[in-house]
Amino acid sequence: MMASSYTAKEEDGHITVSGPGALRSRKPENTAFKQQRLPAWQPILTAGTVLPAFFIIGLLFIPIGIGLFVTSNNIKEFEIDYTGVDASSPCYNCSQSFSWNSSRPCTCSIPFYLEQPYESNVYVYYGLSNFYQNHRRYVKSRDDSQLNGDPKSLMEPSKECEPYAFHENKPIAPCGAIANSMFNDTLELFYNDPNGTKVQILLNTTGIAWWTDKHVKFGNPGRNSPNLTAAFQGTTKPINWRRPVFDLDADEANNGFINEDFIVWMRTAALPTFRKLYRIINKKSGMVPTLPRGNYSLEVVYNYPVRSFEGRKRMILSTISWMGGKNPFLGIAYITVGSVCFFLGVVLLLIHHKCGNRNNNADISN
Amino acid sequence: MGMDFSTLRTLISRYCVGEENWVDSRTIYIGHKEPPPGTEAFIQQRFPDNRIVSSKYTFWNFVPKNMFEQFRRVANFYFLIIFLVQLIIDTPTSPITSGLPLFFVITVTSIKQGYEDWLRHKADNSVNQCPVHVVQHGKVVRKQSRKLRVGDVVFMKENETFPCDLILLSTSRDDGTCFVTTASLDGESSHKTHYAVQDTKAYITEKEVDSIQATIECEQPQPDLYKFVGRINIYMDNEPVARPLGAENLLLRGATLKNTEHIYAVAIYTGMETKMALNYQSKTQKRSAVEKSMNAYLVVYLCILISKALINTLLKYVWQADSNRDEPWYNNRTDTERQRHIVIRAFTDFLAFMVLFNYIIPVSMYVTVEMQKFLGSYFIMWDDDMFDEELGERAVVNTSDLNEELGQVEYVFTDKTGTLTENNMEFIECCVDGHIYVADAICNGQVMPGATSMDMIDSSPGPGAREHEELFFRALCLCHTVQVKEEETVDGIKHGIHQGKSTSFYISSSPDEVALVEGMKRLGFTYLRLRDGHMEILNREDEIERFELLEVLTFDSVRRRMSVIVRSSTGELYLFCKGADSSIFPRVISGKVEEVRARVEHNAVEGLRTLCVAYRPLSPEQYTEVCHMLNGAKLSLHDRDKRLAEAYDAIEKDLILLGATAVEDRLQEKAADTIESLHKAGMKVWVLTGDKMETAAATCYASKLFHRNTQILELTTKRTEEQNLHDVLFDLSRTVLRQHGGMARDSFSGLSGDCTDFGLIIDGATLSAVMRPAQEDSNSGNYKEIFLEICRNCSAVLCCRMAPLQKAQIVKLIKASEEHPITLAIGDGANDVSMILEAHVGIGIMGKEGRQAVRNSDYAIPKFKHLKKILLVHGHYYYIRISELVQYFFYKNVCFIFPQFLYQFFCGFSQQPLFDTAYLTLYNISFTSLPILLYSLIEQHINVDILKKDPSLYRDIAKNSLLRWPIFIYWTLLGVYDAIVMFFGAYFLFDNTTFTSNGQLMTTNTQMMFGNWTFGTLVFTVLVFTVTFKLALDTHYWTWINHFVIWGSLVFFVVFSLLWGGIIRPFLNYQRMYYVFMQMLSSGPAWLSIILLITASLLPDVLKKVICRALWPTTTECIQTKRRCLASEPSTIFMLSQTSSRISF
Repeated sequence: MMASSYTAKEEDGHITVSGPGALRSRKPENTAFKQQRLPAWQPILTAGTVLPAFFIIGLLFIPIGIGLFVTSNNIKEFEIDYTGVDASSPCYNCSQSFSWNSSRPCTCSIPFYLEQPYESNVYVYYGLSNFYQNHRRYVKSRDDSQLNGDPKSLMEPSKECEPYAFHENKPIAPCGAIANSMFNDTLELFYNDPNGTKVQILLNTTGIAWWTDKHVKFGNPGRNSPNLTAAFQGTTKPINWRRPVFDLDADEANNGFINEDFIVWMRTAALPTFRKLYRIINKKSGMVPTLPRGNYSLEVVYNYPVRSFEGRKRMILSTISWMGGKNPFLGIAYITVGSVCFFLGVVLLLIHHKCGNRNNNADISN
Repeated sequence: MGMDFSTLRTLISRYCVGEENWVDSRTIYIGHKEPPPGTEAFIQQRFPDNRIVSSKYTFWNFVPKNMFEQFRRVANFYFLIIFLVQLIIDTPTSPITSGLPLFFVITVTSIKQGYEDWLRHKADNSVNQCPVHVVQHGKVVRKQSRKLRVGDVVFMKENETFPCDLILLSTSRDDGTCFVTTASLDGESSHKTHYAVQDTKAYITEKEVDSIQATIECEQPQPDLYKFVGRINIYMDNEPVARPLGAENLLLRGATLKNTEHIYAVAIYTGMETKMALNYQSKTQKRSAVEKSMNAYLVVYLCILISKALINTLLKYVWQADSNRDEPWYNNRTDTERQRHIVIRAFTDFLAFMVLFNYIIPVSMYVTVEMQKFLGSYFIMWDDDMFDEELGERAVVNTSDLNEELGQVEYVFTDKTGTLTENNMEFIECCVDGHIYVADAICNGQVMPGATSMDMIDSSPGPGAREHEELFFRALCLCHTVQVKEEETVDGIKHGIHQGKSTSFYISSSPDEVALVEGMKRLGFTYLRLRDGHMEILNREDEIERFELLEVLTFDSVRRRMSVIVRSSTGELYLFCKGADSSIFPRVISGKVEEVRARVEHNAVEGLRTLCVAYRPLSPEQYTEVCHMLNGAKLSLHDRDKRLAEAYDAIEKDLILLGATAVEDRLQEKAADTIESLHKAGMKVWVLTGDKMETAAATCYASKLFHRNTQILELTTKRTEEQNLHDVLFDLSRTVLRQHGGMARDSFSGLSGDCTDFGLIIDGATLSAVMRPAQEDSNSGNYKEIFLEICRNCSAVLCCRMAPLQKAQIVKLIKASEEHPITLAIGDGANDVSMILEAHVGIGIMGKEGRQAVRNSDYAIPKFKHLKKILLVHGHYYYIRISELVQYFFYKNVCFIFPQFLYQFFCGFSQQPLFDTAYLTLYNISFTSLPILLYSLIEQHINVDILKKDPSLYRDIAKNSLLRWPIFIYWTLLGVYDAIVMFFGAYFLFDNTTFTSNGQLMTTNTQMMFGNWTFGTLVFTVLVFTVTFKLALDTHYWTWINHFVIWGSLVFFVVFSLLWGGIIRPFLNYQRMYYVFMQMLSSGPAWLSIILLITASLLPDVLKKVICRALWPTTTECIQTKRRCLASEPSTIFMLSQTSSRISF
């Protein structure tokens, strides 16, 4: 239907006026290209040629898969849901009595026990479920040039930020739904020493965002000016935020738009259930494990409401390996594909053997 | 355009004037002089000026008109709508994604059209402004060609090209003739004689010409170049004299004046009404089977697209029923959005989904297909094997739309004369009353001067026969329309045959005539020239005999004979008639019919072309009667042809048979080999010829169309006279079907073709009886079907005694039969044009009978033997290439769009695109376009030599086998599978619902999170690599260009992604992709998963290929495998092909 209409040629009258040059030799040039005789490699996929490939893939993939699987299993991971859905949960009260404009933050403490010591660097994540960071309306609700520190965009946020662009006739900085809904629970970890003391574990707030994001993509207005408050003058904080953007962190290098928690949040997740890096617990010097076996408690300043959309909040502790976090899928997939290839290789070998004979017979009979 | 206007004007005038006459004819005042009062009053008509407008646009209307033209195409319109939707409503992808490709396509097309139009403007201007000499007030005045008007008297000099259609008034030659060539009209370079109007030929100065007072009545312009009827009324002394005008008085625009110093002529059709302009308009568009499949697929995909959008819209609203999902606290709508009505919102959502998925019908596919066809057709023109040294011609492609149709041909309809045979006639013998004369020096074209000798096979004839013999030779010398062309004409002194020089030769539209006249020359009777209405013959005694040529009853293919009426110097009147035996014998009243008939039949079986010659002495009374009849017919404006035919019929009767001639038409080089190959390739070859049955059958045997063991079924007048048609048909069908059932069983045992096959011979008369629409007799309605049934089971069919229109009828009949086979018609002459136009593919042969077939064909080749290469090699390749192109395009867009569809289930049906805008835009334009275009240009699954050697490979692709539904569904499912692997592979890597999984981390130096754009980029990277590798797996012919393009486009993708992710400055507002690609590449799991997913995606296709090849190989695959085996041990063929390719490189 469409193709036909597309290829409909001009049907107008071409009245050709033959030029004087029509007498040149009409013999076609004898080049390899024009005669379609370019030298070429002509591979054919037969059982014979594909067989080795299948075996090689099988033999390569299975060890890789096993390696990946073992590595993944060696990674230690601990996850705790602190949403407070059950009445038994310590955070139940906080989750029930949530209101946006309560002045006194609700806190709760969840004890947990680590059965294994965590030897290397430990990464602390928060995880959200059923949170559609990948909703189209949400994903585009940001102004990249504002976040880059462009003074013009600071005062006139992009239309994409609507309805989170202006509040009380003042431009919101940072504007948009993503920024507005930034995760604002505070998570703190305490180690309950067997001797009874409660030791707070030092959580590193930097080094969690992409270097390029922090140093190139995001930037405060008036990059080099020491006074952030002045730079953000004339703007207002996002509606759901408790503090303005220039008050996110005491450290100047981690404040304003280049606050790493903020940058991490601004990278919208691919799926409705996601986890984001929150803090890093650096390995201590010496042989002491980063997190020894024992009792811990997670202290939460419960600010972030998820019950309205049946969401969940989690805290995850994990170590990493050369291949990243815990993910048995890749290993299993490699083993599966490798085995399938190997198996198919055997099947093809049989087919090849049988048909090869048959073809030979056919050739002889001919 | 001009056509439209003229029909419109005709219509208007029909209603305004209300007089039928005005519509069908026009009246022209020569020199714009009113006729003397008292004569019939004519209403002056308005005629267009002589401006030729072939251009479509002017400077001012180019943009709007061109845009309109382009968006009138449905596909463009569809993309425009998508683009507008993107502009108007809030859609997931930016308008650039569809706007840019559309803009690109539109711009390229309009630049191309604009350039072509500019060239046309230039050509128009040079034509319209070239000077023309016009007689005004007794003086010759220069005028621009475009200012010429109907009725102007034009003065033309030698070698000038006529600016419009003219009626010849007078010439510088005494006999009122002039010579023209119509090389630019129909390619015939021979000089044609045109005649001035008898009553005006004496007016030879501009003053005299200006004094002519006459009107011309003629038909309104019509495109037939060879037909013209009109009447001139000359007012001399206020007494009108009416004279007929025919095509011989008409000089066509585009023809050139030759061998004539100057002429005066009056313009009758000007500008866009000239026959040339009318002829270049409108040729019906042919469409290939591939295109039809493509359209069917498009409809399927359109349905998929709409249903996808509908499903998603529906699910969206089901999912959103909960307001916390619809508008959670973190993601509010704006107020304006909230106020919008739910129906409008739903509709907008539907449109947005449509926009998101619209890439499934890719705009680039049309561009690629067009480019493939256009560029691909050059390989036909470049083909050295199809260059003919003798003619100096190579194959011509008139339309590139049908390239792939060449690989689908099931029926070949070929003309005999000039197509299967050389159309290079040689006089073999003649037979006068049973005595046979053979010309001993047989060579055509050039005759050794004076080398005339005669060989009597029979004993010397008696005195009575002597007289017949003399008459016979004279008849052949006189009864023709041959012209003598002298090589040089120096100051009017002609160096001709009578001086014994071979510088002159004969020219005729029919090679038979030339052969006959040359044969006569060898037998001692030389035709010298036509001068002053007298034909001059040099007889055996070197005496010049003069015969006054009174009338020529020209040849036509219905009558199949021609006659002349001459008066000898002694005053006797003769009618000489020559023609096909079937048209002569019924009209013969005396003569040795039996002897001649026996000889004719004998010759016909030998494959010679026979003609019979007869004469009729006319008494003066009879002659006046004849003149009367002819003039009456010639003068009539309406039905002139019919009346002429009646007159001819009445005149050519009571003939006395003189004898017969035999002319050999040799088979074209390799014709038999070609036909054999076509047969092996599964094509049915039909020969459609106007020739008589015996001759045609002999040619068929010679060309291996019929084998010795072919059982011939005859469906001819001879048989139907004995039995009635009904019985004959049923008899034949019974024979055929019985045998066919047996054959099907036999075919398992032996493929060598030992089993009998059938050949059918049918003649024109019987055919028209078969084709006659159903009558009250209930059985006769089925004749067509029975006939088709018989034909289907015959390997070869010969249709003889065909009129041109019947040829087209046959083609149409086969085309319309239930399997709808693809037909190909090949011919060289004007009589084949109708079938060339009717068949799916029309092929013209650059033969001797002018250029009409070539001009109307889709492809033209120099010789019949080239048909083998164009079908078996080029057609096969084009079909393989384009079918892969079509399937692959749909496949890669399923792979492209299906992940987006799946993603909607995980993003709350919010139309969030999975891929970045740049990727959406460039996927079809640059990342995956070039490899498939290149593939579709140079793929060769099998070597050229093998394709030529083994025609049966052609059967593998018959019946559009690569574009059948199962295969289409396989490709689509493969696309869906790949999409699922890619999407869910990435999904599980990113997913976090299970306790243990976590793929969001990356390692080495940092431990950053991946967002949705990384997810999309990962899928996209796998996608681009998978579809490119899929094509690589399908490629059987890896030249360095393939390597360059395939690996090059992958490298381009990587480089582009790096740049797109690495540049921040100019697109500050659009930074979603910043460093995404680099971050992904620096992660180990990403690499591993890319490799894994590509492998998993390609696995089933490789498996399917290998298993199918091993278990159910097609012929093609067997050959490929065998060739591979042979490659290991030195085979001559292989070595040859290798060396040749090495040398040519």
